[in-house]
Amino acid sequence: MRWEIVVLMNELKYALFLGCTIPVKGLNYELSTRRVADKIGIKFVDIPEFSCCGFPIESIHHSSAVTIAARNLALAEARGLNIIVLCSACGGYLIEVERLFTNKKNIEEQKLINAKLKDMGYQYNGNVKVKHFARFLYEDIGLDNLRKLIINPLKGLRIAPHYGCHYIKPSKIFDGFDDPIHPQSLDKLIEITGATSVQYMDKLQCCGGGILAVDEETSVKMVKHKLDHIKETNADAMTLICPFCSVMYDEFQSTVESTFESEYNIPVLYYPQLLGLAMGLDPKKDLAVKQNQVKVTPLLEKIEKLRGNKND
Amino acid sequence: MTGKKKFLREKPIMMKELDSGFKFEVAKEPGGKHIKRCFACGTCTVICPVFSVNDQYNPRKIIRMILLGLRDDVLKSNFIWLCSGCYSCYELCPRDVKITSLMIAVRNIAVRQGYIPMPMKKSVDFLEKFGRLLEVSEFENIVRLKKGIPELNPTISEVKEVLKKTGIRNAMGNSGIDE
Repeated sequence: MRWEIVVLMNELKYALFLGCTIPVKGLNYELSTRRVADKIGIKFVDIPEFSCCGFPIESIHHSSAVTIAARNLALAEARGLNIIVLCSACGGYLIEVERLFTNKKNIEEQKLINAKLKDMGYQYNGNVKVKHFARFLYEDIGLDNLRKLIINPLKGLRIAPHYGCHYIKPSKIFDGFDDPIHPQSLDKLIEITGATSVQYMDKLQCCGGGILAVDEETSVKMVKHKLDHIKETNADAMTLICPFCSVMYDEFQSTVESTFESEYNIPVLYYPQLLGLAMGLDPKKDLAVKQNQVKVTPLLEKIEKLRGNKND
Repeated sequence: MTGKKKFLREKPIMMKELDSGFKFEVAKEPGGKHIKRCFACGTCTVICPVFSVNDQYNPRKIIRMILLGLRDDVLKSNFIWLCSGCYSCYELCPRDVKITSLMIAVRNIAVRQGYIPMPMKKSVDFLEKFGRLLEVSEFENIVRLKKGIPELNPTISEVKEVLKKTGIRNAMGNSGIDE
């Protein structure tokens, strides 16, 4: 389901929802997203009152979590804005609550939530749509429009896509924009940069971030599993679209290496960083690649080299 | 977390230990509605990325335990907190048990009984204090200004107000009180 016609792009604004992890651990994700959005002509509105999405406490107290989410949705609704998220978990949860409010069967719960928000001056009426930035690029901007902005095709680069979970699952809340078992959107987004999307075993496996806090040992084993499979393919890097997946594969890559005496050196790029490179944005200034934990420099050198060969 | 020994029961299950009402209690909780649909095919466990590295988390077995009425064994356990929430089983379950949501339902009940892992408790503390799970410090805002992106509010105090209204501390019972 496309939101609006792309021709109107310059007049459309979206609330950018950052959540908890991006402000502290994902400046590279946020900055590259903003720079790429500038190139495309997407206008973001920052709402300073946005908080945590609510998802992290859904397991503790359902009604607290949905009320926090509804407050965020109400903030966007009061400004007449739809929301674009960068964190897949924020996206999944805000959409769940968005749906809670569009289904008449839930009228009692809706009233209960709004009653709690009323004293703070909020009310949510179910008029906000939430989308992940990657889905927005794929579905609303479209691959053809993005292709027009590629000035440095990353020909010869082999990239392993990591979809993560909450970007496409549970599939019933995502209007079928992609297949939950054989998704294509991220592969296609990678391919328009000129790079090759590399297939590998257990491509859809979860990063384990959801249980990092309660059982680090188990989640680190899950990370190892995926890094092993990607290493087998000799991919140049992996690309993902969720800050928590990045914490697991980028930040914890060295933990996996020391725990299991293995070596990976797999750079982990956020998709907007990859797209930004192909759009000719500055790796340091615009895409903050220095923030990535696994060094990106060798990858940048390879891109330069591949480009050099082509120009010869 | 090693060894199957810990997972297997050393004693036989006694009928009098069972709480036949537990499955109804779970079914009433948001997300738990489809618990009774399970016909124990095991698709969830086979597809589970957590089970593949740690057999303490076995969704099929947890569902059987709930249906059998092993209330305390389930609610006091660590394993209900090991679901990573990936929705793989949710997508593939032939009986639409919605296992990911089911685990959330069971955790909500466990919390009300006073069973909550410390890191989960901490997340409530952080939300009350900052409105986010992580603290945005002065440092982050300095970097943001340098990059020309909007500063962030270090504290979203309304989250604490929301949590007070929704009564999260009451729900957490004694486990919610700071020492």
